[in-house]
Amino acid sequence: MDVKVKVDKLNLWYGTNQALHDISIDLYDNKITALIGASGCGKSTFLRSLNRMNDLVESAKIQGNVIVDGKNIYDKDIDVVSVRKRIGMVFQQPNPFPKSIYENVAYAPLKHGIVKKGSDCDELVESSLKSAGIWEEVKDKLQAPGTSLSGGQQQRLCIARTIAVKPDVILMDEPTSALDPISTEKIEALMLELKKSYTIVTVTHNMQQAARIADHTAFFHLGELVEYDETEKIFVNPKLKKTEDYITGRFG
Amino acid sequence: METKINKNNNFYIPQIEKRNKQSKRFRLYALSAVVLSLSFLAFFLIDIIKAGIPAFTQSSVKIEISIDEETANNPYGILERDMSRLVSRAWLRSFPKEIEAHPEWIGTTQTFWALLNAEADQYLKGTQSKLKENQKSKLDALLQEGLIERKFNATFFFTGDSKIPENAGFYAAIVGSVLTMLVTMSLAVPIGVMTAVYLEEFAPDNKLTQIIEININNLAAIPSILFGLLGLAIFINFFGVPRSSPLAGGMTLALMSLPIIIVSSKAALKSVPASIRQAGYALGLTKWQVTKDHVLPLAFPGVLTGSIIALAQAMGETAPLIIVGMIAFVPDPVTSLTSAATVMPAQIFTWSGMPERAYIEKTAAGIMVLLTVLISLNTIAVLLRKKFEVKW
Repeated sequence: MDVKVKVDKLNLWYGTNQALHDISIDLYDNKITALIGASGCGKSTFLRSLNRMNDLVESAKIQGNVIVDGKNIYDKDIDVVSVRKRIGMVFQQPNPFPKSIYENVAYAPLKHGIVKKGSDCDELVESSLKSAGIWEEVKDKLQAPGTSLSGGQQQRLCIARTIAVKPDVILMDEPTSALDPISTEKIEALMLELKKSYTIVTVTHNMQQAARIADHTAFFHLGELVEYDETEKIFVNPKLKKTEDYITGRFG
Repeated sequence: METKINKNNNFYIPQIEKRNKQSKRFRLYALSAVVLSLSFLAFFLIDIIKAGIPAFTQSSVKIEISIDEETANNPYGILERDMSRLVSRAWLRSFPKEIEAHPEWIGTTQTFWALLNAEADQYLKGTQSKLKENQKSKLDALLQEGLIERKFNATFFFTGDSKIPENAGFYAAIVGSVLTMLVTMSLAVPIGVMTAVYLEEFAPDNKLTQIIEININNLAAIPSILFGLLGLAIFINFFGVPRSSPLAGGMTLALMSLPIIIVSSKAALKSVPASIRQAGYALGLTKWQVTKDHVLPLAFPGVLTGSIIALAQAMGETAPLIIVGMIAFVPDPVTSLTSAATVMPAQIFTWSGMPERAYIEKTAAGIMVLLTVLISLNTIAVLLRKKFEVKW
């Protein structure tokens, strides 16, 4: 098991309010790590600090290291754009661009210079949509607007769009909480497929989902990382009482 | 349909009748306000149209003139005295040119439709006239013989202003307005939109930005004449832009339109969902790529509508233009951005102050043209908005 992302003593403040306290955690390559915890516990904030999306929040102040492949992404000599290219993100609400399905996938790779317009680009769009398991459903209507798809399809389109820029790590912020059970099942299957090539970190409020798909699970509470271990150990045999209380539904 | 409410059941609430009456009364107040404002509008439109319609036709009289060498030299002497008092001086003045264009007429007798002067025209249109009784009876006689006709007034649409009422037209003002608006548009729209983009997408949220934003909002409510003074002080006195020119007027109106364009563009940008920006940033796009390719296209309909409405407002603006001298008497349509010009509302204002009765109908007709342009602009704004609106 290789460590892909090494987080070291990460602290984060929104103004004067400290949202993350001394988080240190190792995230492994080709594994799914689930972040669980009650609302407001800082798991989404933590996820967003892994690709510096918190830079967009003006009041956010950050301290500590997030080391990806041996390089701290918060180093001054690193451009935030290149961080987000390598660490992609999928959001809770599917948010395709109001453009065609093809453009949704092709736009960012073209801008990054991964492909040039033409057959290369067509191939990348096809392979990305295939990896996201949505190719068969959209191959005949690539010029249709991305927003015309159903919620579950839109989310898979967003995943295809993320894959197309060839990231190493994919962050998912409650990717299925806005979807119906059938779409959720498809996304979960897709995540298990994707972990063969990527490191996946996902936030979820769904305990069963964490148990079903995650290799490792981290439990957050009030901005602190309470317990982090292999999913089985967390669910079957948690070390701490707090963790047990949360996963059995006694609080949260 | 009034159904009596039964008080003897579980659903009855005390005072329900009173509360229902209250809402009914309020509905009536609101409705009467609508009716009142609509009737004001209808009254205004009917009044303007009634006054303006006659200006689109002018009376001409059929006359026969035997043309010789002398006619070309002295056009004012070609008609009998009582007739030449009724025919337009402008028509007589242009007569030698006609002969020059048709040398074969010399030595023959030709029939012409000669434009009557404004007093005769007003008499024939049934309004007060300063004509003497014998002139009136002569006109009546000509009318009986079928020698007088009301023809479409092309002069109004194809010439500039004139001190001879029947020869005065709106064309110079239309051209002036178009040129002025071109200047305004090419300055105010790009500067306004870029300002909005900076304030909304790039500027840090600090005290300075807030102060700027508050002041822009306040500027949108400043009396327009102050922008005229600003334009006079800066563009004309400091930069030496020629007075009365479409350039000076256009730049002054651009100052006035800027706050409106900025405020509406900012609102349009703000209405773009944050999720679109996040999607862009999460893919590693730069701020400019996200703004240009994803945010601006979504804000475009709003930006467009705001700009068109700001320009329509600028087009109807008079006060600042009077200050920069665009109230000049302009007989010929302007040909360059730096020569003296007038605009539609300024022309209307000039005509409204003229003593001759004939200018009343011209004033109203000018208002009709201006209103038509403004209503078309607003319609275009609505249509474009519909066309470009992104379907979600």
